[in-house]
Amino acid sequence: MAQISLHVNGKNRVVNTDPGTPLLYVLRDDLELHGPRFGCGLGQCGACTVLMDGNAVRSCILPVSAAQKRSITTLEGLGSVARPHPLQAAFIEEQAAQCGYCMNGMVMGAKALLDKNPHPTPAEIKHALNNYICRCGSHLRVIRAIQRASGSQPGKLITGAVSTSSSRG
Amino acid sequence: MNTKTISRRDLLKGSGALIVSFSFFGTASQLLAQSTGLSDDGLDPTSLDSWIAVAQDGNITVFTGKVELGTGVVTALAQIVAEELDVPFNKVHMDMGDTAKTIDQGVTAASRTVERGGPQLRQASAAARQELLKLASGRLDAPVDKLTVTDGVVSVVDNPARKISYGNLLGGKRFNVKIVAAGVGWDMKVAPGIPAKNPKDYKIVGTSVPRIDLPEKFTGEFTFTQDVRVPGMLHGRVVRPTTTVSKPVSVDESSIRQIPDIVKVVKEGSFVGVVAKTEWAAIQAARTLKVTWSAPSKKLPAGPDEVFNYLRDTKSFKDTIPVNRGNLDAGFSQASKKFEANYHWPFQLHGMMAPSCAVADVQGDKATIWTGTQGPFRTRDAVAKLLSIPKGNVHLLYRESSGSYGRLEADDVAEDAALMSRAVGKPVRVQWMRENEHAWDPKGPSQYLTIRAGADAQGNLIAWDFMDRSFPWTAAEGNALLASNQTGLRATNPGFLNGASGGGQVYTIENQKVVAASIPWVQEDEWPLRTSNLRAPGDLARVFASECFLDEVASSLGMDPVQYRLRYITGDKRPAEVLLAAAKKSGWVERPSPTLSSGKQKATGRGVALANRANTMIAAVAEVEVDKATGQVAVQRITLAHDCGLIVNPDGLKNQIEGNIMQGVSRALLEEVLWDENGVKNLDWGSYPVVSYEQIPDVEIVLIDRPEMPALGGGEASIVPITAAIGNAIFDAVGARLRQVPYTPQRVLGALKA
Ligand code: FES
Ligand code: FES
Repeated sequence: MAQISLHVNGKNRVVNTDPGTPLLYVLRDDLELHGPRFGCGLGQCGACTVLMDGNAVRSCILPVSAAQKRSITTLEGLGSVARPHPLQAAFIEEQAAQCGYCMNGMVMGAKALLDKNPHPTPAEIKHALNNYICRCGSHLRVIRAIQRASGSQPGKLITGAVSTSSSRG
Repeated sequence: MNTKTISRRDLLKGSGALIVSFSFFGTASQLLAQSTGLSDDGLDPTSLDSWIAVAQDGNITVFTGKVELGTGVVTALAQIVAEELDVPFNKVHMDMGDTAKTIDQGVTAASRTVERGGPQLRQASAAARQELLKLASGRLDAPVDKLTVTDGVVSVVDNPARKISYGNLLGGKRFNVKIVAAGVGWDMKVAPGIPAKNPKDYKIVGTSVPRIDLPEKFTGEFTFTQDVRVPGMLHGRVVRPTTTVSKPVSVDESSIRQIPDIVKVVKEGSFVGVVAKTEWAAIQAARTLKVTWSAPSKKLPAGPDEVFNYLRDTKSFKDTIPVNRGNLDAGFSQASKKFEANYHWPFQLHGMMAPSCAVADVQGDKATIWTGTQGPFRTRDAVAKLLSIPKGNVHLLYRESSGSYGRLEADDVAEDAALMSRAVGKPVRVQWMRENEHAWDPKGPSQYLTIRAGADAQGNLIAWDFMDRSFPWTAAEGNALLASNQTGLRATNPGFLNGASGGGQVYTIENQKVVAASIPWVQEDEWPLRTSNLRAPGDLARVFASECFLDEVASSLGMDPVQYRLRYITGDKRPAEVLLAAAKKSGWVERPSPTLSSGKQKATGRGVALANRANTMIAAVAEVEVDKATGQVAVQRITLAHDCGLIVNPDGLKNQIEGNIMQGVSRALLEEVLWDENGVKNLDWGSYPVVSYEQIPDVEIVLIDRPEMPALGGGEASIVPITAAIGNAIFDAVGARLRQVPYTPQRVLGALKA
């Protein structure tokens, strides 16, 4: 057990924990944050993503000791339903999720991308998010949300015209 | 709409403030016992108050046994209620899946919730509206037929100044009205005689109301099952053997002595779990604990091929025959051309993004469970049986987990949590690790399919003999779940059958037989290859086989695949309409497959497939690029036309269709469970890859809305034709026919050489 000082979402927090504990469990269980989620614990899915000094990292495989003296931002650190970050607002606007369990990763991954590349092409978005899993298949909406947030016109990935059947007259 | 939990007292007070109350057993149940006569069997469905409550501020709360699984279905149900009651959408609050507050409307599954649960809530709402109008008639001194309702306010038609709100009519009080409720679960008919609104007057149903649950899911404010925390809660992890009958011969507790915060190693029958004060301690302990398991009495089959042989050679215990017309022998004897082929479908995972998770608090002979089950009442009953307590003593509160696609009908983890909580006398949160989930996910079963067809001299199909051999869902129908199995309960039935649609019955062929044979599957020694319903169960494989095979026939006769299909669509025009809509939208050019322009290393092709799932019609056109040197298949675009009758929420439906297309591409190209005698080999995402951003196709969707029809199941149906359409597109591109899923580069190269 050790006292670990963390800087999370702009606040200093001290936790008393085994320094080998992955940051994810400290964020969820000690700091009661719900944004970062457990999906695999193996660094494979991205559900646990947080920003550490601006870079997207997988908190399920990062020992909490390695997060000391770093600036950690979680999904909650971006905004709330009452005051959403523009990226979150774009996801809401595009209705860019089904179950939403993976969305922490998508939003945080997108944040890290847009901070470095404010106007990514669809190919760049796909490349940046390629290691983030969404089992529900919300990919196209996520891409559109990121395009919307970046100020570019969402690409013509889905047209999805609603046609009226002949039987309706 | 709001999905927060509120107590009946809160809502009847109508404070407007919706209180999140993780109400412990006792409070909620006593309240209900006073108000509605809660018994072991739950609420009385013939009491209107069991379904709907009106608060003083006009807020409407709907109590439903249906649950949101991340598909938007509760938004759709709330639209139906708001429409029928003539109240604004945001006045409707859905209280879901609380066994002390809701009626058992059956499991939430098969994308059939709007179709089955929708009319139940619509009719309950119609009954409530009728009651409210009766009350208003007395208060406003006007006959009911002179009353109209706008935004929850009843007024007199010729004299709109005379008005009264629902809140003022009933707010805080009970209806005290009996309604008819006959049958159970999905089939329950609620208030069937009450006239409902004419669909042509719909204002809320049919519009893309945004999903209320989504904003919080992008900010971290949403409470998933995984986020439930109760005071004094401990953390548990499971330690699973190779099969459920393997016994822990020895458990060496000294092996985890060095890990701090361990509370208890829980051993019950052959169940082993670890409870600790922190999550990390529980994880480390479960990984480190030395357990020696007894050898199972039956070994796992050596691998997928052995299972295909078993499927092929074992006698069926039940044949389902949805079509048997004409005389096959006569048909084949007249045929001048005959065709025959076998198709193989692998075991696949649900692969929930969130591994199973539940919190249980067992105190004496009472239990409270928070979990993401698709069947709140089914899971409640299972936990009661496991703990040997009356089912009325188990209070289950549904909390949303990730998308489950059928997996959480068998909510194993709720039982794990209950066992561990009972053992330590404290609330315990159990979350499976990724490897637990992949190993013990009750998988979508393998299928082995054989088809024969015969055509006459003009190329007309005159004989169609389709046989699907597949396993039932052993982890379904209330069969013992994992922890039950490990503590001595056994499966009581052979499992729920894997369906029979998609074997070509969307077409009418003169001599035609479709058989779905159910092959018995292991139950006593539950293997990790236990089975259950995986999204559009059975239909993917049957449509893969029938629609690829039909393409084989069309191709060998030199026919265009769309035109050839149209020949056999008779009667109902809806299948032809979706087929033509998808073809048109995709820019389909009539010609036989394969294309002859396939000289290049990377060849492109297009393929089509049609399906009818529970009367929802779907057609898909896939466009692919196949690298003939590497065998890599890239799906470039999917065009899908979808007709599920009346559309309740077009954008919600499109969202579901997009998702099903992605999952369809994933299952077609990538997904296959592999195992050896020691167990499942794909225990992480690296060994069980699913579709990634760089592999997804573009999507075009055509929704066909039929307001004159009832709303049918939407969404899940759209995964059904994807595998077949891609297979046909690969054939079109390179002339190689793939009869086994997934279409791996190796299989593509193999088919190219064949
Ligand atoms: S939970 Fe961290 S990458 Fe999956
Ligand atoms: S929305 Fe369910 S996993 Fe992505």
